[in-house]
Amino acid sequence: MTDRALSVVRSGALTTVQDLGRYGHAHLGVPRSGALDPPALRLVNRLVGNPEGAAALETTLDGCAVRPRCAVTAAVAGAPCPVLVDGRPAPWGAPVRVPAGALLEVGRAVSGVRSYVAFGGGVAVEPVLGSRSTDLLSGLGPAPLRVGTVLPLGPATARAVPADGVPTQAPPDELVLRIRLGPRDGWFTSTALRTLATRPYRVSAASNRIGLRTEGPPLERAVSAELPSEGMVTGAVQVPPDGRPLVFLADHPTTGGYPVIAVVAERDLAAAAQAVPGTPVRFVVVRHRSSG
Amino acid sequence: MRALPVGDRALLVELADGEETAAFHAELLRRRAAGVLPPVREIVPAARTVLLDGLDDPAGFATGLHGWRAEAPDTRVPDTVELPVRYDGPDLAEVAALWGVPPEEVARIHSAAEFRVAFCGFAPGFGYLTGLPARYAVPRRPTPRTAVPPGSVALAGPYTGVYPRSSPGGWQLIGTTDTVLWDPARVPAALLAPGTRVRFVPTAAGR
Repeated sequence: MTDRALSVVRSGALTTVQDLGRYGHAHLGVPRSGALDPPALRLVNRLVGNPEGAAALETTLDGCAVRPRCAVTAAVAGAPCPVLVDGRPAPWGAPVRVPAGALLEVGRAVSGVRSYVAFGGGVAVEPVLGSRSTDLLSGLGPAPLRVGTVLPLGPATARAVPADGVPTQAPPDELVLRIRLGPRDGWFTSTALRTLATRPYRVSAASNRIGLRTEGPPLERAVSAELPSEGMVTGAVQVPPDGRPLVFLADHPTTGGYPVIAVVAERDLAAAAQAVPGTPVRFVVVRHRSSG
Repeated sequence: MRALPVGDRALLVELADGEETAAFHAELLRRRAAGVLPPVREIVPAARTVLLDGLDDPAGFATGLHGWRAEAPDTRVPDTVELPVRYDGPDLAEVAALWGVPPEEVARIHSAAEFRVAFCGFAPGFGYLTGLPARYAVPRRPTPRTAVPPGSVALAGPYTGVYPRSSPGGWQLIGTTDTVLWDPARVPAALLAPGTRVRFVPTAAGR
């Protein structure tokens, strides 16, 4: 058995393997999946000398701990957190040499939700439909980490590239999500559209990799008919019967039957993935670019 | 046909009915195969819409759609997937009552229909199959089951579906197939993709 592997010592609340996602299969009902904070995933991979889309670990709030069986270069970024190697403090946002058999501890996030942990060579589980990502909605890809899980690592092909400074986007005190209305804004009352654009919401603790749920004033529908199932995009703001807008994240279903009142700009979704429960949310309507 | 913008990179094309949706979807696939469709990441047909996600210029694409002319229908005979089914589902009697026929008639009526996968969703490899005459539409069960066994052949609304794996579900279960609908290690992973023709073949042993 190869010794290019690591074993999981502490799995944390939810730690999964993620790359940039599983594209091109939505018509078969396969979610996109992939890292919820793609810029952070790209960054940790660059720090250890991997291609940007290599598979890494995505933690949730309280980190994880792993023991590589071989000497490996690791890096942690995304949500800021303490990093320890065999109990000694190590830098966050920089390549860290972890000797064979040493314990790499990724601590609780100081702010934000999801930290990313990359290893030189990447996590080399068998890809499923072109991706190594764990998809929690449909159960594709490796199961979430558990104590004792052993994950293979790929051969490190390039040297780590130390950075002088790592740009970090501090998780905001307020999550501002730019939205474009539609495709089903016509299914809601004008009051609901005004409410969405002007009233404050909060990130609900029920949020997960499928969607960012919100708490706040419910949105009233003008059309009560049932919407036939239609295709859903990442960032879609779906309004379930309780009227609270829900923003679809990476593991969202590919089709759905609740109307989508608006769609969040893709560049704002990484911040949504790092917003802790209780964070105020403001939806800001931007206009569609005119064609031509 | 109406094209609705979905965020910055996607377009939802709305069509009059399921047939028009199927024809438009087939036209998109023909154009993509011919290399005349702009790059698009996902093409997701549904009941009365087709979603195009990952377009560089959705507005430009929408404008171009007005110039599309319906091509002659595809005359190639598509492959038909045959699914052997034991009509032994726990809701068979209830479906028979809803249809107003004796229970043994359900298998005959269901297996006589020619089905087509209108779209997929709910779970990887789960197809929404159309083909049953409209008068055989049935409601979902008032209380969904917490676990529907894999291979269950089920009805809801105008659709027939086959559960690729065990999952919660509210459809009416009329039978079981041993055919593996979804296997990510197989090529293709999904036996039923949008457009696939399907026949259900009644069998005592289910094989």
